[in-house]
Amino acid sequence: MADLHFSDDEPTHAERAAVDAVLGPVAAELVEHERVVRGGTARRRGVRHLLLPALHALQNEAGWISPGGLNHVCRQLQVPPAEAYGVATFYELFRTTDPGHTSPVTHVCVDGPCQVAGADALAADLEANGTRVHRGPCLGQCERAPAVFIQGRGGPDHVPADAVPAERVIPQQGESSLRLLSRVGVVDPNSIDSYVAAGGYVALRRAIDMGADATIEVVRASGLSGRGGAAFPTGVKWAAVRAEVNSGRPGHVVANADESEPGTFKDRYVMEHDPFALVEALTIAGLATGAETGWIYIRGEYPLATARLANAIDQARSAGWLGDNVAGSGQRFDIELRRGAGAYICGEETALFNSLEGFRGEPRNKPPFPTTHGLFGEPTAVNNPETLLNVVDLLTIGLDTYRATGTERSPGMKLFCLSGAVARPGVYEVPFGTTLGDLVDRAGGVVGELQAILMGGAAGSFVDGSYLDMPLTLEDARERGTTLGSGVIMVFNTDADMNAAVVRIAEFFRNESCGQCVPCRVGVVRQHELLMPLTRGHRLEPDKIELIDEMARAMKDASICGLGHTASGAVQSAIDLGLVGGPR
Amino acid sequence: MFGAGGGTSSYLEVETADVILLWGSNAREAHPIYFHHVMKALDSGAVMYAVDPRRTSSAQFADVWLGLELGSDVALANTVGREIIAAGLVNQAFIDHSTSGFEAYRDAVDAYTLERGEALTGIPADVIREMAHAYATAESAQILWTLGITEHHNAVDNVLALCNLALLTGHIGRWGSGLVPLRGQNNVQGGGDMGALPNKLPGFQDITDPVALAKYSATYGVELNPTPGIHLTHMFEAMERGELTCAYVIGENPADSEANVDHARTLLSGLDCLIVQDIFLTRTAELADVVFPASIAWAESEGTVTSSERRVQRCHQAVAAPDGCRDDIDIIGELARRLGYDWGHPTPEDLWNELRSLSPMHYGMSYERLDAEGGLQWPCPDLDHPGSPFLHGWLWEPDLGGHPAAPFSVVGHQGPIEQLTDEFPFRLTTGRALDSYNTGVQSGGFNSPIRTGDELEMHPVDAARLGIVDGEVVRVTSPRGSVEMGVRIQPNLVVGLTFTTFHFPELVDLNLITNDAYDEKSGTSEFKAAAIAIHKIS
Repeated sequence: MADLHFSDDEPTHAERAAVDAVLGPVAAELVEHERVVRGGTARRRGVRHLLLPALHALQNEAGWISPGGLNHVCRQLQVPPAEAYGVATFYELFRTTDPGHTSPVTHVCVDGPCQVAGADALAADLEANGTRVHRGPCLGQCERAPAVFIQGRGGPDHVPADAVPAERVIPQQGESSLRLLSRVGVVDPNSIDSYVAAGGYVALRRAIDMGADATIEVVRASGLSGRGGAAFPTGVKWAAVRAEVNSGRPGHVVANADESEPGTFKDRYVMEHDPFALVEALTIAGLATGAETGWIYIRGEYPLATARLANAIDQARSAGWLGDNVAGSGQRFDIELRRGAGAYICGEETALFNSLEGFRGEPRNKPPFPTTHGLFGEPTAVNNPETLLNVVDLLTIGLDTYRATGTERSPGMKLFCLSGAVARPGVYEVPFGTTLGDLVDRAGGVVGELQAILMGGAAGSFVDGSYLDMPLTLEDARERGTTLGSGVIMVFNTDADMNAAVVRIAEFFRNESCGQCVPCRVGVVRQHELLMPLTRGHRLEPDKIELIDEMARAMKDASICGLGHTASGAVQSAIDLGLVGGPR
Repeated sequence: MFGAGGGTSSYLEVETADVILLWGSNAREAHPIYFHHVMKALDSGAVMYAVDPRRTSSAQFADVWLGLELGSDVALANTVGREIIAAGLVNQAFIDHSTSGFEAYRDAVDAYTLERGEALTGIPADVIREMAHAYATAESAQILWTLGITEHHNAVDNVLALCNLALLTGHIGRWGSGLVPLRGQNNVQGGGDMGALPNKLPGFQDITDPVALAKYSATYGVELNPTPGIHLTHMFEAMERGELTCAYVIGENPADSEANVDHARTLLSGLDCLIVQDIFLTRTAELADVVFPASIAWAESEGTVTSSERRVQRCHQAVAAPDGCRDDIDIIGELARRLGYDWGHPTPEDLWNELRSLSPMHYGMSYERLDAEGGLQWPCPDLDHPGSPFLHGWLWEPDLGGHPAAPFSVVGHQGPIEQLTDEFPFRLTTGRALDSYNTGVQSGGFNSPIRTGDELEMHPVDAARLGIVDGEVVRVTSPRGSVEMGVRIQPNLVVGLTFTTFHFPELVDLNLITNDAYDEKSGTSEFKAAAIAIHKIS
């Protein structure tokens, strides 16, 4: 009696080949001879983390995850088919129900600026032309709304806008004040030589010379905190992982490049145009913490960044910057690049671990924290790419110069993603402490008359024009009841339909809640239902607002992750500002 | 070889082993709890070789499955032994210090070259070599086996051949390394420990030892018979000769479980007096003159059980027995009273303390300690002794703790007794499924979603040759009898080998056809190898 139960569906030859190509040695290990079989269940279960790559291969090959293809993956990895089906259905980029499609799928973003810029009309046009369209959440291209991403079938995924040559990659390109973005648009992103010539790998050399403990001390003293939104002190995180590794446990460092917060696209620019910097930064993190494996979990809708990072990792490995003896340091470190498959929640660090391990991307309870029980239950430091990039900058220019920028409590530079009703949307690098108004001016100012700004994305909050004098620091944002989050500055002018925008935010959370915690699973649905009448011009009655507030409290109190905690923030702020539903 | 019969290692030890040889055991299904420990070992990187004629669900977990020719275990073990010697991987210091008879063993296995091993077992020479090297060079290694080793006419030879490998490499008598026969029931070990063996007194003391016998006679207040008894297989022979005319069967169902069972049933029916004591009215009980309904040991009475790792554990009464059922102790005591011996009404603890006074290896295990410490592993000779996680540590002591050196055994390849012929061209082997237990006395009363009934599993090639389709009912015939059963086509078998369970004797009376040829030393029949013919019915 075998452990697993399979349906009778068999894979096509092509599906089998596509999956086996991804699983590589795992599939090859199963050598069948009448009296000898190699490659035991336990060994294959040990590589369950290849489940997501295998599903990507199936989806690309067949245009859907067929039952036969799923059976094949499950046999190879010894994963129960029901469980793998649960994984496949978790992600936006996998389809399990529409067999027989042979054409690529065009994903059209219907969030935020794309919605304002006419995503619905674009999607309808495309459909009228016979294109297969999938209306989905933010694609991380808010500066060129409405955004489109084409998921290939039998060919690579691509973003049409990537093929359009631009005069300059970023508005600030070449400005001398740039530190995190200094190489963007300047170096050849496909060449390690170009990167080294532009000052690359100086930081890693310094880190090796000063040693792990001193590196962590510098990071701690710099005051660097997480740029993904949570602002946790990076040095503290690294020191905790190092302590675990020193006690004999294997460790991991993970770059959380699942940039899915609506309105966020800063990491994409860095990964597309300066990929070696992330590779170098993650290597520094590995050497400092003692972790020997690094992982980059990049969102599935970033094909260009994925290709450039894969190339960068290969080149770094060939040049000896990765491998058994990193740059002669005697330390081993290498990087695995993994694609997400369209799930906002996988940006939550513990959900990201589950996703990497081949499970549904559902967050885990904390504690235990990732620094002791992270990826595969082992000590793990998870950092946002921008955070990691700061370490390269810090080690290159030195602690004192680094701290001379920004404020005492928010030192250094910060990337902001400006989108919506500004003249020159894009990613901007400014010192902490720059005011919101200055930043908007840098982007050419508001197009039309300012109505509201969404700070921090869907998980953030709306503010009005009275905030333009607010210095952009962690402390000022906190004091004024808003957040910098992942650096989203989404500007709405008076032409924008705020009812539609807010209802869309509610719908976004309804779609993206993983469903694990009841208050969130039920709360985000009820919230969306309560708001939907707004799109038909209805007022929001006080008892409805009270109910939204009450559910927000329940979600804050009883959800285990940030999604539930923040799912009502933007909605409540929009109501408070009177942007929707009439006066409060 | 080493004295007391019991697994040398604790369950936990397998979790730390580097190499595991799972030999003739489908522990995934037959010992699922123990297999959890094995899975933990695999998770932490242990390399497992599964030696089994079938690619069982256990073998599917292994790094390498070696599907040897049925009954060629000694040949494989000897080939492994020769390769370990030839490659210079023996633990010479251990051999010199702790063992005897190495030279004779070395000479005897010299004929088992890799090439000959391949010819006898069907396993490619390089795979045998790989397993030999992995086992010999491991820091710690365990050999686990079950009935695939012992249900053969040369069962003891099979066991000795495996023991030789442990002696060659020193994988015995220390934490993480050992020889582990897995026991079938929660208390098979305990039954033997308590003297349910023909030549042993409780606590594995030999009945032919006059000192031990005198001690027991004095305590029991009766002169004990110094002649060893006979094992079950010999009992049936004695019945056949008319020497054994009365049987008192406690918790056993030989009318279903014996090989060549029709013969066994005839003998049981011909007894002058058959008494059966059981929790169910088994097929054997149906033949009995008197049936004593017993309460269930692990749920309805107090006492102890002993697991495969020699751990004595208390079991507590959880529910009251149904009306009319009585505790085994009561039944036996009442029977004694009727026969003129009034033993009073001893509690289980009274009896346990009596045993402790007689069996030094149990002496330190008071009920109080067994309860408080979650069981103890024998030997546990005094109340301060922590129990023994593994056996035979003396092998590593400078003076061997006063024991004689452990002897190598010379054993040779024989193969199954029943040869395949033109009339009976298929090999039949038997085994167990996860959700059923032996003849189904304890498991047949429950439904299970994964149960398929007893089916004859055969390779697609064989089925095609015979023109048989999946699910077809066929007639299966051996030199002893014949049954009808459904076929399940199963690619995990080697061509020419068939397999079935025997959990539903009321539906498929399988032991009508199994081979009752047995091992003179252990008394176990060769359930694992019969020759059969398969015929279409329509």
